[in-house]
Amino acid sequence: MAFAAFADTSTKKVTEPHKKSRVVILLLLPGIAYLVLFFLAPLVSLILTSFMAPNPDSMDMGSFIYAFEWQNYVNVLSENWVFYVRSFAFALTATILALLISYPIAYFIGVYARPWPAIQAFALILVIAPFFISFLLRTLAWKQILGDDGPVVGVLKSLAILPADGHLTGTAFSVIFGLTYNFIPFMVLPIYTSLERLDIRLIEAGRDLYASPATTFRRITLPLSMPGVVAGTLLTFIPASGDFVNASQQFLGGPSSQMVGNQISSNFLKILDYPAAAVLSVVLMAVIMIIVTVYVRRTGTEDLV
Amino acid sequence: MKGSFLGKALLPLYTILALVFLLIPIVYTMVFSFNDSYKTNISWQGFTLRNWTNVCDAQGLCAAFGNSILIGVVSTLIATAIGTALAIALVRYKFRGRSVVSLLIFIPMATPEVVLGAGLAAQFFALGTAKGLVTVILAHTLFCLSFVVVTVKARVASLDASIEEAGRDLYASPAQVFWRITFPLLLPGIAAAALLSFALSFDDFIITYFNSGSMQTFPTFIYISAVRGVPAEANVIASAVFLIAIIGVTVTQIVSGARKRRLKSHA
Repeated sequence: MAFAAFADTSTKKVTEPHKKSRVVILLLLPGIAYLVLFFLAPLVSLILTSFMAPNPDSMDMGSFIYAFEWQNYVNVLSENWVFYVRSFAFALTATILALLISYPIAYFIGVYARPWPAIQAFALILVIAPFFISFLLRTLAWKQILGDDGPVVGVLKSLAILPADGHLTGTAFSVIFGLTYNFIPFMVLPIYTSLERLDIRLIEAGRDLYASPATTFRRITLPLSMPGVVAGTLLTFIPASGDFVNASQQFLGGPSSQMVGNQISSNFLKILDYPAAAVLSVVLMAVIMIIVTVYVRRTGTEDLV
Repeated sequence: MKGSFLGKALLPLYTILALVFLLIPIVYTMVFSFNDSYKTNISWQGFTLRNWTNVCDAQGLCAAFGNSILIGVVSTLIATAIGTALAIALVRYKFRGRSVVSLLIFIPMATPEVVLGAGLAAQFFALGTAKGLVTVILAHTLFCLSFVVVTVKARVASLDASIEEAGRDLYASPAQVFWRITFPLLLPGIAAAALLSFALSFDDFIITYFNSGSMQTFPTFIYISAVRGVPAEANVIASAVFLIAIIGVTVTQIVSGARKRRLKSHA
């Protein structure tokens, strides 16, 4: 299944199939009821909302009636397709960058530093450290550091890499930068988990058989760490494509770098065009489900469940 | 390992640089908690301890922080209780529709937060529920639930079921088996799930933003004040939370590392 990458993969055999079906029902009922009431029902609500029509009896903003206005999809998508293209392009770029940055970190902690457990533990704490401080404040910190009065712009301008009237914040660059930064820990952790279990003797065997380091990596290390790579890329790509904080104009984005999440939040919370926000959400979810399913099939990790 | 194509010194050097990069915004946030700024906290105005001694001077900040703690605690308690039950059922019992239940638990994790947030908001809107503390708690419990199940499931799967069987063989009632054997053995997994769930809830912004109405949490306070400039007192709270968490993690690591070494030397 597509969501296998998130799943705990241990398929330990179910010990002792109990007959006490009452106990199972008792254990399952609260959780399933919760997921039906607060996950499935809201999805249905969202789909119903996406077909709503303006209330003919009311001039109030945000007043709609249930209908089957399928034209909503045509109208909203023809106006907003560019936001989808941008979101997926940003998310894909950030995912690739985060993977390239994170893999060596994960390799260092999981394989290279194995003889020194204290270094491994210390490096892992530093990787998860960003989780303990507000994600919004970290993003705002980058806004100040990359801002027009910040140190980075000054240096780039004096080196003539950035034109005198150039900016970093408010551009596609800073949004992708923010997304990449924020998801690095989500990429390092699953890759580290796969690499930590890697049997070093396999790498040594590759070398003994005269494989070049590059071949050893491509044929042994990388395939064995694939479950971690797939989990990490999904944990980055999915939230990144729906994110609207980094691209928000108070944070790292500008008018020309808005993502689909920004459109959903402004339609829902500011313009009160609930049907438009619902159309955008339903389509976003559908596209992500398709991308994830295809990706997991292609990488051959669907048997993980 | 040694002699690999990444070279002996290159990889550690790279990792140090990458970790420094990860820490830059944390250091920035902490340094600016000492900024002698008035209202906006953008440029450095000089050192002060005033923000630390008068944290609640920033209007609405401490109330928002209190809401975040309350929401985190309540949704963690509900999600941990329901999620642990689900995890036990999934690992220990065979029942029809098991894969459907697994799927139902995993899809929320594969759904972008903005969709979860908008969906819940659409539902509360359709039902005419006023947004506030309760709607945010309900929303947070939802996304914490799946993470609790995954975390506790791993622990249940690693448990030796024969210990429970031994209890049953000795005529312990099912309740006794659960509370005297299963629960204590699961406790580390449950504790880890609860901590993860609190951390997720405490830092959540997107789902909260859609369902909080006029009620503010610590993250929505920051988002909304970002238009004019976040007060330095917010940096104080974030830095204090960070220090407490990082000290907690470090101590846990040292203690569990020492225990592992002890166990090894006994073996």
